[in-house]
Amino acid sequence: MDSFPIIRVVTKLIIPYILLFGFYVQFHGDFGPGGGFQAGVILASALILYGLVFGLPAVKTVAPPKLIEKLIALGVLIYAGTGVVTMLAGKATHTGEHELTSRTVANFLDYGALDHHFLPGFLPHGQHLGIFVVEFGVGITVTAVMTMIFYCFAGRNPHANGQSNQQSEAKA
Amino acid sequence: MTLDEIFGLYNYWVVICLMMTGFYIVIARKNLIKTVIGLNVFQTSVVLLYITMGKVTGGTAPIIPPEIAAQHGEHHEHSTAHSTAHSTAHMTADAPHLDHATEHGHEAVTPLTQHADHVHQTASAMADHSTELIYSNPLPSVLMLTAIVVGIATTALALALIVRISEDYGTIEEDEILLIDQRDSSH
Amino acid sequence: MFVSIFILTLLVVTAITIARIGDLWAAVMFTGIFSFLGACWMLILDAPDVAFTEAAVGAGVSTFLMLGTLALAGKTEKPTTSSSVVPLFVVAVTGAALIYGTLDMPHFGDPNSPVQTRIEPSFMEKSQSDMHGLPNVVTALLASYRGYDTLGETAVIFTAGIAVILILRRSNDGFKSNDVFNSQSNSRKGSQ
Repeated sequence: MDSFPIIRVVTKLIIPYILLFGFYVQFHGDFGPGGGFQAGVILASALILYGLVFGLPAVKTVAPPKLIEKLIALGVLIYAGTGVVTMLAGKATHTGEHELTSRTVANFLDYGALDHHFLPGFLPHGQHLGIFVVEFGVGITVTAVMTMIFYCFAGRNPHANGQSNQQSEAKA
Repeated sequence: MTLDEIFGLYNYWVVICLMMTGFYIVIARKNLIKTVIGLNVFQTSVVLLYITMGKVTGGTAPIIPPEIAAQHGEHHEHSTAHSTAHSTAHMTADAPHLDHATEHGHEAVTPLTQHADHVHQTASAMADHSTELIYSNPLPSVLMLTAIVVGIATTALALALIVRISEDYGTIEEDEILLIDQRDSSH
Repeated sequence: MFVSIFILTLLVVTAITIARIGDLWAAVMFTGIFSFLGACWMLILDAPDVAFTEAAVGAGVSTFLMLGTLALAGKTEKPTTSSSVVPLFVVAVTGAALIYGTLDMPHFGDPNSPVQTRIEPSFMEKSQSDMHGLPNVVTALLASYRGYDTLGETAVIFTAGIAVILILRRSNDGFKSNDVFNSQSNSRKGSQ
């Protein structure tokens, strides 16, 4: 792709906005259309675009496969971990958050347990916080899985079929 | 078959057309990638089927307008702030809150009277918003949202298998793969 | 209404084109167009979240993955020799049965259909008090009311990702054992 300056320049211009839009979709998903699934795909598509234009080694220095591999698991861990935290935290009543006697048992993924009175109005709490964290986990997993699938497909050597199209594209 | 019925059911018929096209691609074509494409077409039409069922005539997207939602959030913040600040105010602030949870009546407005006039107005607007704003059903959207993403994950898995098959067999045509398998097993 | 009919016509035409066309590159591109048209119709049907996902996934990532597969596995489809009468017959019979089944379905946009009235009070009303006024009910429903379901879906994506890694991880070069995971292997080889 060295011989396509327009594509390279336009890609460099466009990628920050794709990433910005991805983060907007992720963190604004509670208020407008969007959420972890969409944001993950959009963020991954920015990485994939970078990989298609600048080559697989370039994108692998930006997002090392070892890191992506761990992120795949981290997202699911955040999601399931939120559920465990809600179980352990229990449901708080309005009388005070440090009195363990005032807490009742909460279910797995019952975000009502995440109620707190720290920075009210600024930090989301309760159901809102739970949804936020869980969507974040979904976003991480989807981004990582899509990027990893791209690495796997682009890393194949197609010489078995005598077609070197993808290889020259990916390694250009 | 009246005209009314045709206009009431055309969405299902279009979706069935698309579905059957996908089905045809899957059963008639021997190429594995074409089969995956057919499955994708089928999947998209199933998604469309669910989404058309959630639509209400004159409805809007299931996103509550910001002013109503913000008023609601503010009301909640208000009552919890009261409950932590003075426990005496807790009782008075909490009772209407419970009322409010059970019925969206005008009782919800009572704890907000100390607010400015415009808040009062949005509160009453929210109380009878159910008669003003019709929302389409959010449940099919949720089901299909996750189905689409799981669909791409399984598609990626199928394509990965196709890549491996083409590397080992040198072809992705079903009948040729079957021939190679039969030849190998007869040896 | 007219926009709807226009999009639906295009959808049907695109689907039939995908079925008839022999060139796989073109078929993949038409699949992307098909997904995008589907997303447009979902937007009209008041499902912006799904439309968003379909546009990003169906028209974006899925098209890219199929093109990648084509580059690895061959671009052309062998022309079919078998007759298409039997598949057409099967499809026609199935389609006719399904259309017969729709005749007593609730009409399009009917607010009194079971889909709309089955859950009472509806999630729209319930989520207002449960979620302290979170505007997007789809997100609330996805992550909170159906949290278990979404956890399962995330696990499915996780599993699919792991499976793709396991299938395609081992390099087919023979001597480079771990191509995908050794990001430095190519550059190091070049410098030596």
